[in-house]
Amino acid sequence: MRKHLMKGNEAIVKSAILAGCRAFYGYPITPASEIAEAAAEFMPKTGGVYVQAESEVAAINMLYGAAAAGVRAMTASSGPGISLMQEGISYMAGAELPCVIADITRSGPGLGNIAAEQGDYHQVVKGGGHGNYRTLVLAPHSVQEMADLTTRAFHLAARYRNPVVVMADGFVGQMMEPVEFQEQAVEAPPPPWAVTGTAATRPNLISSLHLDCDEMERHIRALEEKYRRAQIHEARAELYHADGAGIVLVGYGIVGRILKAVTAEARAAGLNAGLLRPITLYPFPAAHFQRLAAHARVFLVVEMSNGQLLEDVRLALNGERPVEFFNRMGGNVPGHEEVLRFVHEQARRHLPGSSVSEHGSPGRLPALTPDEEHLVDV
Amino acid sequence: MSNEEFSECTVAFSKAKSFYARYERKDSLQHQTHYCPGCGHGIVHKMLASAIDDLGVQDRTILVGPVGCSVFTYCYFDVGNVQAAHGRAPAVATAIRRSRPEAVVISYQGDGDLAAIGSAEILHAANRGERITVIFVNNAIYSMTGGQAAPTTLLGQKTTTTPEGRCAASEGYPLRICELLSTLEAPVYIERVGLGDNRQVAQAARAIRRAVENQVRGLGFSLIEVLSPCPTIWKMTAVEAQHWVRDVMGKTFPLGVFCDRTKDRAPLPRPDPPPALDEIPRILGVADEAATGPHATSNAGAISAQGRLSAPGRGGPELRMAAGTEIDLQVRIAGFGGQGVLLLGEVLAEAGLGAGLQVSWLPSYGPEMRSGTSNCHVRLASHEIDSPLVASPSVLVAMNEPSLRKFDQSVRPGGWIIYNGDEFPADCARPDVHVLALPFTRLADELGDARASNMIMLGAVLEIAAAPPQASVDAALRRLIQRPKWIELDERALALGRKLLRESFAEGPPAAGLRRWDGVEVSNESRT
Repeated sequence: MRKHLMKGNEAIVKSAILAGCRAFYGYPITPASEIAEAAAEFMPKTGGVYVQAESEVAAINMLYGAAAAGVRAMTASSGPGISLMQEGISYMAGAELPCVIADITRSGPGLGNIAAEQGDYHQVVKGGGHGNYRTLVLAPHSVQEMADLTTRAFHLAARYRNPVVVMADGFVGQMMEPVEFQEQAVEAPPPPWAVTGTAATRPNLISSLHLDCDEMERHIRALEEKYRRAQIHEARAELYHADGAGIVLVGYGIVGRILKAVTAEARAAGLNAGLLRPITLYPFPAAHFQRLAAHARVFLVVEMSNGQLLEDVRLALNGERPVEFFNRMGGNVPGHEEVLRFVHEQARRHLPGSSVSEHGSPGRLPALTPDEEHLVDV
Repeated sequence: MSNEEFSECTVAFSKAKSFYARYERKDSLQHQTHYCPGCGHGIVHKMLASAIDDLGVQDRTILVGPVGCSVFTYCYFDVGNVQAAHGRAPAVATAIRRSRPEAVVISYQGDGDLAAIGSAEILHAANRGERITVIFVNNAIYSMTGGQAAPTTLLGQKTTTTPEGRCAASEGYPLRICELLSTLEAPVYIERVGLGDNRQVAQAARAIRRAVENQVRGLGFSLIEVLSPCPTIWKMTAVEAQHWVRDVMGKTFPLGVFCDRTKDRAPLPRPDPPPALDEIPRILGVADEAATGPHATSNAGAISAQGRLSAPGRGGPELRMAAGTEIDLQVRIAGFGGQGVLLLGEVLAEAGLGAGLQVSWLPSYGPEMRSGTSNCHVRLASHEIDSPLVASPSVLVAMNEPSLRKFDQSVRPGGWIIYNGDEFPADCARPDVHVLALPFTRLADELGDARASNMIMLGAVLEIAAAPPQASVDAALRRLIQRPKWIELDERALALGRKLLRESFAEGPPAAGLRRWDGVEVSNESRT
């Protein structure tokens, strides 16, 4: 298919409609408003519904209603709005309703500012609402992935009957890159459990209420089983020169892009560096970390938040390898040069001598082979 | 009564068809509801179920249950059931009705649910004129949680959270929902009824039936508030509670019709059928055939990374790239809002895409834009672009002095600054960077419109970069700019920009040791 130069925020909506989404409920917020604007233009033209809700609280509950009625539905917001949606996300997870939520993150806490940050990691990845649930979280780092991962988000939401968050920073939402869409629009008939106002669906009930303690526990265990399955089947990461790397950089979203440039520069300078870019933040690609730990001497986490990704990396490595940390916040972006300096500093600390060059050992970079390009594990 | 006489009697009261015969979703006592003796919910449930029966819409009905005593409506109503979060039933109902226009959607809510935590949702659902029916059961107290104050609690009424009685000075006044919502223009029908005596009960049944019927007829938002007894929490007998509804509650909440536009409103026309699935990519503007449309990006003049880069029909000056060179053009464009900063970048990126290059365009956004300055990062490359952030541009386009001062130090050695100004500030001069400083705004004005200054500057960038080819630029302009008058002007502006750059360069390099835009040393001998 032809490539189109398009903002990430617009690509999300077009991809969603192609994936069968026919309802958008949202509330404007920078830097996510283009998503609502594109939905307002294209939903009615494609037989869908667009409503600007009175608040994010109402918007997520409209998603609850749309999903209950068997319609693929989505919303988009940013930090403060996502906070307001947490109640509804918990209810949807509890009632096992699918939906897709785009979080185009900004700086916080509080009103913070509208510049790109990644401080929503905890509230999105750990499930900021009440109770025993998880949301599946996908983290695109390009406009193409905004489209591809939105499609994937709808599939995952339907497969697991659970809210799925596409978490991108303001950069990925606002920037334009060439993007290719799936060729055919998908039809999404209502699933059999939906309440659609017909004789066949009259016996159906959408509810998250289980008054009986044993029944509630069974329900939670069933949800847990679902998340366990997702952990096995859905964890994704991109490995960029990472197999056999002595230094593994870790970052997602726009940071992943910056780290690709830094990785290339570090390798050009002779360091055996690679990048592990989580594509799913939940389920976290822990197995990828475990695999790379066999050769890596150190993992360097770079994020635009206060050590939130860092916690998951440490959990994934479980003390097997040292984890070092570099971050910028408040809307500041890690600069290539400062990250590169950090990489060199850590290389001196963790790769003393750095002269070993046999395969799989850390140290100076062995000669590049063509098959070392882009080991994308999707 | 003799046996013969008895046998001729028929049972006048039976369970409505829209109730389950047996309440199997209840854990115990499946032949009765969980409501207390004397509670109004049972009566309202029966009225609602009878209305659904009468109107023949049992299969089409979707009941949205609230949080509160009536949280278990799904145990009793044999209709489609959706249980909602506290106060959010109107939002849930909105979405169900919008996506399922054939459904009859009823939101059933108590006073804490609707008038307190859900006050925003009910207000806006009513104001949008959602085609739903709302049954609002008002018993002036939070019953399920044990008797706390509600927004509808009467002045002086004792609750567990107003132990001395509700006081206007600290808790405000009872909230009159019907009066409030009837100030809106969208609702079709709003009535307050009571369960205070048999006459009131009969009127309540009529009102509830009417509110459901309005929806079946395709009319808009209807709400029935029902003043309802709660003997348990009020600590009264059932009879006392019924009298309290009539004699005390009724004074604060007068019964009656507050809004009736049923005669003025026409039923909503049926929505158009959705487009065929095959049509969707075209509607979204992402179909393949769009490539042949009038505004499509043309791939004419597309180049491969190995191909020679030069615009058709032109000889390339020395700055042009040699055959086989990798392209990695990194441009930062900055200026005031309104100078066309973002559009300049977009035309460049779009043209790059049309020429088969990898491209990225990243704007500054938000209040920065509104406070008057704007900038964007553009990359064009013959390989995959790692980071879209341009930290060290090969070309800086500075449309004003503040932008120049902000970014001039970031330009990589051997790079270029295109500056819009009569004179390049002496303190910004760098020996290792080429400068083209001209009053582009005035030049554009002379050309026809000062707003075309961005395209003159783009012309200079294109001439420096020798990519993408002019055909791709022309196609990008036609895709991004709608008015022919502007396209014509912009084409002249681009040509002028190229000419100015060439002429400026012909006068000699600004510094010894000329470097190409991408930083590669160029010997003077190679300049012919």
